Amino acid sequence: MRIKSFLILTITLFTIWVILNGKLTPEVLLTGGLVAIVVSLLFCRTCEVFTEIRLTPKAVLYSVLYVFVFMRELVKSNLDVAGRVVSPKLPINPGFVEVKTKLHSKIGRMILANSITLTPGTLTVEINDDRLFIHWIDVQGGNIEKDTEMIVQTFEKYLEVIYG
Amino acid sequence: MANTILQIAGGIMLLSLVLSLYRFFRAGSLVDRVISFDIMTIISISMIAMITYTSGRAIYIDVALIYGLLSFLGVVIVARYLEKSL
Amino acid sequence: METLKIIGAFITLAGSVFLLLGSIGLIRMPDVFTRIQVGTKASTLGTILSLFGIGLMFTEIAGKIFLLIIFILITNPVSSHMLARAAHYIGVKKADITVVDKLSEFREKQPENNAQKPEAE
Repeated sequence: MRIKSFLILTITLFTIWVILNGKLTPEVLLTGGLVAIVVSLLFCRTCEVFTEIRLTPKAVLYSVLYVFVFMRELVKSNLDVAGRVVSPKLPINPGFVEVKTKLHSKIGRMILANSITLTPGTLTVEINDDRLFIHWIDVQGGNIEKDTEMIVQTFEKYLEVIYG
Repeated sequence: MANTILQIAGGIMLLSLVLSLYRFFRAGSLVDRVISFDIMTIISISMIAMITYTSGRAIYIDVALIYGLLSFLGVVIVARYLEKSL
Repeated sequence: METLKIIGAFITLAGSVFLLLGSIGLIRMPDVFTRIQVGTKASTLGTILSLFGIGLMFTEIAGKIFLLIIFILITNPVSSHMLARAAHYIGVKKADITVVDKLSEFREKQPENNAQKPEAE
C-alpha cells in the first residue's frame, strides 16, 4: 500500500512544479520529476495518509460532486456571516457543541473538519477520535444527535464514499 | 473602465486593512492580535495580486505565494506556542 | 478581451466587499471565537474572489493564482482551527451570551489527557 502513497505524493508534487513553472521544456520536466521522486522517497517511508483514499470510479465521481457541494456551502456561509455582520442587532447566539462522525480514516476526518470550518457559522475547535467540538455562532440543536444531523451530514455522505 | 473598478476595489481593501489595524491596536488578548494580523496578511495577498496586474510584472505573484506560506507558518507557530507545546 | 477584463474587475470588487465585511465583523463581534469565525470565512471567500478576478484579467499568471487559491482553501481553516484551539486552551474570556460549552466539560473530565494532547499528534 505504500506504493500508492508514494505515487500520489509524487504526482501531486510534480503537478505543482509544472504549474509553478508554466512551461513544458524537457529540463523542467526532468528536474521536477527527479526532485518529486526523491522528496517522496524521503518523506513517504512511513506515511499512510494517502493509502486511505479510494480510487474507484464512484469515489472519483463523488470527489467532483463534493467540490461543488463545498463551493455552494462556502458561498452560503459567507452570505450568512455577512448578513449577521451588517445587521444592526448582531443576531448571534454562540456556543460550543459536540458532534460525532462516522468516518474512520485520518484524512477523511481532516477534510471533514476543514469543511465544517468553512461552512455556515461553524468552526472546529477540537477533535478527539470520533468526537468533534464545534463553535457554533447560532446554536439551534440541543443534543448531540440533532447537532450532528445539522452540521456534519451534508459532507459526511460524500466523504464516506471517498475515504470510508 | 476595468482600471477604475480595480481602483475602487483597492480602496475598499485599504479601508478593510485600516479596520483590521484598529482591532490590532485595540485588542482584548494576544489571540485577537494574531487574528487581525492574519486577516491583514490575507488582505495583503489580494492587494499584491492586484499590483501584479496593474504593474504587469508576473513575477510579483510569487511574492504573494511566499507571503501566504509564511503567514500560515507564523500563525501555526504562535498557536503551538500558546498551547505550550513548541 | 475587454469584456473579460471588466468581468474580472467586478469579481475583484465583490471580493474586496467580502474582505471589508470580514474586517467590520472583526470590530463588531464580542469575543475571540466569533471574531475568528467571521474573519476566516469572509476573508477566505473575499481572497478567492479577488484572486479569481485578477486571474481572469491577467491570464499569464492563472496557473499560479489557481495554486494560491487551493493553498488558501487548505491553510486558512487549519490556522483558524489552531488559533481557536489555543484560545480555548489558555482560557480566553468568552462572551457573556455564550449559551453552552461542551468542550470545557469534556476537558474537565480528563485533565491528564489535556496536558499531553499536543505531543500525542
